[in-house]
Amino acid sequence: MRVALAGQPNCGKSTIFNYVSGYRAITSNFPGTTVRYTASQIYVDGHTCECIDLPGTYSLTSTDAAEYEARKYLLSGGADVIINVVDASLLSRSLELTFQLMELEIPMVLCLNMMDEARRKGIEIDLKRLSSLLGIPVVGTIGVKGRGLKELFSESLNVFERGRKPKTIQYSRDVEEIIELMIGYLGDDLMLPKRLTAIKVLENDENFIAIVRDRNEDSSKRVGELQNILSNRHGRSSDMVISSERHSQAMNTFEKAAKVIHPPKRDVRVQVDNIVMHPYVGYIILILVFYGFFNFVFGIGEKGEGPLMGMFEFLSQFLGETLGGESVGFLILNGILQGIAGGIAIVLPYLVPFLIGLALLEDVGYLPRVAFLMDSFMHRIGLHGKSIFPLMLGYGCNVPAIMGTRILESERDRFIVSLLASLVPCAARTTIIFGLVAFFISPNAALAIYALNIAVIAISGRILSIILPEVSPGMIMEIPVYHLPSIRTTLAKSWYRIREFIVIAWPMLIVGSVILSMMEFWGMDRLLNAMLWPITYILGLPEAVGTTLIFGILRKELSMIMLVQALDTPHVLTVMSKVQVLVFTVFVVFYIPCLATIAILWREIGSKRALFTVLFTFILAIGLALATRGVGAFIW
Amino acid sequence: MITTLDRIRSKRNVKVVEVIGGWGLQRHLSHLGIHPGDILTVIRHAAMGGPILITIHGSQIAIGRGMASRIAVEDTE
Repeated sequence: MRVALAGQPNCGKSTIFNYVSGYRAITSNFPGTTVRYTASQIYVDGHTCECIDLPGTYSLTSTDAAEYEARKYLLSGGADVIINVVDASLLSRSLELTFQLMELEIPMVLCLNMMDEARRKGIEIDLKRLSSLLGIPVVGTIGVKGRGLKELFSESLNVFERGRKPKTIQYSRDVEEIIELMIGYLGDDLMLPKRLTAIKVLENDENFIAIVRDRNEDSSKRVGELQNILSNRHGRSSDMVISSERHSQAMNTFEKAAKVIHPPKRDVRVQVDNIVMHPYVGYIILILVFYGFFNFVFGIGEKGEGPLMGMFEFLSQFLGETLGGESVGFLILNGILQGIAGGIAIVLPYLVPFLIGLALLEDVGYLPRVAFLMDSFMHRIGLHGKSIFPLMLGYGCNVPAIMGTRILESERDRFIVSLLASLVPCAARTTIIFGLVAFFISPNAALAIYALNIAVIAISGRILSIILPEVSPGMIMEIPVYHLPSIRTTLAKSWYRIREFIVIAWPMLIVGSVILSMMEFWGMDRLLNAMLWPITYILGLPEAVGTTLIFGILRKELSMIMLVQALDTPHVLTVMSKVQVLVFTVFVVFYIPCLATIAILWREIGSKRALFTVLFTFILAIGLALATRGVGAFIW
Repeated sequence: MITTLDRIRSKRNVKVVEVIGGWGLQRHLSHLGIHPGDILTVIRHAAMGGPILITIHGSQIAIGRGMASRIAVEDTE
């Protein structure tokens, strides 16, 4: 049995998915965290099933690429059972999607998630009544606590085994007449549920109209005729007729099955929002939150880096003394040791607090507030307010950030934001900024790099949107209520991301360190350094850092860890001046995205634009590093 | 009195009359449960011509100023 979790954005599909499958999908408190589907094997009452977590969608008529992904999956007939996850506190609105899912004629279970939230809002739902109105089982759940999930999946197995299809939702008589006529015109070879198709073409859904046109030229002509009849009778466009029909049916069903027993309880969260989203105080809080976050990461990381580095330095000396500094054995072992040391002493001390802090910010629901506050700023850059999400995700890792651009409707916005997202200092580059600049120079210098980065992103965005002019549509975005993050999910999410470093990046660091050791042994590093001499020369960097720049394209952390190795000392300041450290960091932060990012750019925005991004970032990095050199020489 | 959403002051309830133009906008709003005839409450305006925050059917939605100027509403108070 294949069971798909479908529902509107931010209703908790991924939370439920993670609860039953172990942590496999990132969850956050903002709409659009999931942009592609994730599958996992689960066990339900002794049966093996496949569970699919789909991106959130408001309707089966998709408006962005993430929604399109969900709809494509549902229409492909891949799912045997649909679990329609609904935020119970938003039941009446959510039923509009429920009706469309029911029209897929696939066995279905309605999952009323966040029952606690609904109760707090004073909404009491009669599950039995709702179930009989819709003809599908209804299960109340609290996803974060795992409450009701066992029953939910047992019910889905149950409807699957009995092949129980949902009821047909009836619209008003004259609309039904037109739907009937449309169904009559559709051929038998459609491969899609006829009633759904008829309704969707009347609703003027381009995708369905294209499918019908491909099958049968004649029936596509009928579509226009019937749309006209509908709009003439009701005095508004046919898609509005259908959507208001659905809306009133949803309100109707809601009134029959639920009642508001008391006005929403006085909610401290409203008071919090009065401050957090205040036109002036909001911005002060925004700055304080990010400044606090920065200090939290640095405070913890700094305490780790110093002593841990000292320990590894001691080990390396000990190895050198016992094996003899020039032997191949020592070089290999030392290479491995350097790789391990880089991971433990430089990367992890900053990465762990950074990712935990980021997970907290995401789960509480602060990010949509940031989007609200920053919308007018984003518009001034020429971008949609929603663009802030991919950009903020970029601080974790650029790869999901670029995938996250799928929540944007326009292709041009996706390109610009993808390029800008690749400039955002990801966790790897954050460790470089902290490990080198904050540690060796000062935390303020590190803050300055972040400030410079934001300014450069804003200016690049402005320039690109002038080159590619397009009126960016205004923002329409849900601002979800705050959630108290569950420690379990926050830690699971942080671990999910840290594990990515441990299993993928770290082995590369170690292998890279060994390769560099060997290259040094045979003098090959000199060849690479000589090739990169023009760059290191104009930037005024030691020639030995050339190789590290090449390795940095594989993984950004590599360039820092190898820097320590290439310079032959962890005391960077004994061989490089502060200006050189700054120039190096600025260059590494901005130049060519890492290999994984290039690959995802290639897939998401195409080869030409990916190559453009590589070139753009390279030129930008040279320019900025030169400027840093100039300014640095002036200050020191 | 019929006016547009961007002109409504905070803390007021209004009734949606019509979404002017923009088929995409109509669709987008209807996906979020905003239809003509619905009552919504304006919560606040963001600074510097930023979006307007409203509540409708129990959810909070931010709507850009430009979009809001295309939503005709009736002040019911």
